Amino acid sequence: MADVSLHMPHSDGLRRDGRLERLRLFGLSSPALLMVLVVLVIPVGWLFYVSFIGANGQFSLENYERMIERKSYYRIFVTTFQVSFLTTGLCILIGYPLAYFMSQLPNRWANIALITVLVPFWTSLLVRTYAWLVLLQKQGLVNQWAISLGVWDEPIKIVHNMTGTLIGMVHIMLPFLILPVYNAMKAIDHDYLKAASNLGASPRRAFWTVFFPLSAPGLLAGSLMVFVLCLGFFVTPAVLGGGKVIMVSMKIVSNIELFVNWGAASALGVVLLVLTVAILWVASRFTSLSNMTGGGH
Amino acid sequence: MLGWLKSPASDTQVTHGQRLWLYVFAGVVMFLLVVPTLIVIPMSFSDSQYLEFPPENWSLRWYRNYFGSPEWMQATATSLKAAFLTMLVATPVGVVAAYGLHCCGVRFVQVAYLALITPMMVPVVLVAIGAFYVFVKLSLLYSLTGLVLAHSVLALPLVIIVTGSALKSYDMNQELAARSLSAPRWKAFLTITVPQIRFAIVTAALLAFLTSFDEVVVAMFISGGDNPTLTRNMFNALRDQIDPTIAAISTIMIIITSVMMALAQIFGRGTPEK
Repeated sequence: MADVSLHMPHSDGLRRDGRLERLRLFGLSSPALLMVLVVLVIPVGWLFYVSFIGANGQFSLENYERMIERKSYYRIFVTTFQVSFLTTGLCILIGYPLAYFMSQLPNRWANIALITVLVPFWTSLLVRTYAWLVLLQKQGLVNQWAISLGVWDEPIKIVHNMTGTLIGMVHIMLPFLILPVYNAMKAIDHDYLKAASNLGASPRRAFWTVFFPLSAPGLLAGSLMVFVLCLGFFVTPAVLGGGKVIMVSMKIVSNIELFVNWGAASALGVVLLVLTVAILWVASRFTSLSNMTGGGH
Repeated sequence: MLGWLKSPASDTQVTHGQRLWLYVFAGVVMFLLVVPTLIVIPMSFSDSQYLEFPPENWSLRWYRNYFGSPEWMQATATSLKAAFLTMLVATPVGVVAAYGLHCCGVRFVQVAYLALITPMMVPVVLVAIGAFYVFVKLSLLYSLTGLVLAHSVLALPLVIIVTGSALKSYDMNQELAARSLSAPRWKAFLTITVPQIRFAIVTAALLAFLTSFDEVVVAMFISGGDNPTLTRNMFNALRDQIDPTIAAISTIMIIITSVMMALAQIFGRGTPEK
C-alpha cells in the first residue's frame, strides 16, 4: 500500500496520516504503560534513591557498606545462591529426562503427560508449599512410610531446613524448566538423528552430538528462568525453611516488617534487581527472551 | 511384552527395553509432580487435629471451621473480588496494548514491549515494597483499588504474551479487508480480529484471574486492615502452626484452579500454554 501511495499526488499527506495512525495505535498501549509506570517504575526508582540515603538523611553508601561488612548479609547472599544453584541443578537433572521422555511420545500421549506438568504450574504456590509442609513434617506421611518400609528407623527432620526448602523449590520450579526444554525438543527434526545413526554413530553419540546441542537453547532458557525466579523467591523458603534458610527477599521483608529500615531493604532490593537484570541480559545474548517466557514461538 | 521390549523405540534404534529406566523415572517424576498436592484433599476430611492419611475418622469439621469463620469468609470474598476485578482490568488493557504494539510498527515498540513484561522479571518482593510505598502516598493502602491495580500490573505480561503470540499467527489483512469496505478500525478490530483470537483472550483472562487469586507477597504488604486476602491470611496461619483448616481451604482453592484450568482447556485449544 505504502508503495502505491508514494506515487500519488497527495503522497505527503498520506504519509503524515500514516504516521499519525501508527502513533495512535502505539497510544493504545499507554494505559498499560501508565500502570506499569505507577506501580513498578516509579516505586523501584524511589527504592533506588532511598538506598543511597543514610540514617542522617544525607547521601551515603552506608546501606551498601553494611552489606559488605556484616557477616550476616554475606551469609544471606551465600544461602540465596546456594539455594538457586542447587534448585536449578536438580531441576535440570530431573526435568531434562522427563522432557525428553515427553518429546518421544506420540502427540496424544504427550498431551496427557503435559497435563501432569501443567497441573502443578496452575495450582496455587501456597497450596503446594503447604502440601509439602504437611507431607514432610515429623509425623508426616513421608516419615511414616519411610519408617514402615524400613528406610530409616525414627522420624527425621526433613522440613524447616535446607532439605525441605529444596524439595519444595524444585517441585515449584520444575514446570518452568520442562516447558521450554520440551518446546525445543519438539522442534528437533527426527531425520537428523536417523542420519547420525545411518552414518554409524552409536545411540549415545547421536544423542550427545546431535540431539543435546539442538535442545540446548531451550535448556539454557529454562535454567536461567528457574535461576532468576529462585533468586527472588520468598514464600517457599519462608514456610519450608523454618527460619534456617534466609534468602535475600526474606531479609528485605524482615528489614521492613521488623526493623522498618527502608534504606537497608532498598539496598538489598537494588542488588537483587541488578543481579536479576544482569543474568537476564547475559541470557538475552544467547537466547531470545520470548523463549524464556514461553510465548511467541 | 518381550517383543515390545526388544522393538526399537527411538530414531537411533534404542529398544524400549534399553530405556525402560527412562519410563520408570518419568513415571515417578510425573507422580511426584501431581500427587503430593492432591493428598491434601483426603486429609482435609479427617476428624483429627493432626493431618493424617488415610484419615481414621471422616468429618467435615475443618470445612465447618472455615465456612463458620467470618474472617476466612471475608478474606475469601476479598480474594475473589480482587481476582475478578483484576481479570476485568488486565484483560482489556493488555489485549489493547498487545494489539497496538503489534500493529503500529513504531521504532520503540521493542522498548515498550520489554517495559510491559518487566513485572514478570522484577523480583516480586520489590514490586511489593515499592507498591506499599506508593500506595501509602496515594492513600490506596489496604484498599481493593490498590490491590487490583498492583495485581493487574503483575497479570499484564501474561495477557500481553498470550495475546501477542495469537496476533502473530493471525492474518492482519482480514482487518484491512473490512476497513476497505468502510468499517472503522475499532469496528474491524472488534468484529473481525477479536472473534478469531478469542481463545487467547479467554486464556489470558483466566491467567489474570489466577495471578491475582494466588498472589501472596504483594498482598502481604498492601492488603490488610479490613481487606486481607485469603492467601495473606493463609500465609500468616502457616507461619504459626499447621492448622488443618488450611487443608480445607487448599482443597477449595485446588477446585477453583481446576475449574479455571478446565475452562482454559475447553476455550483455549490451539493457543500455547501459558
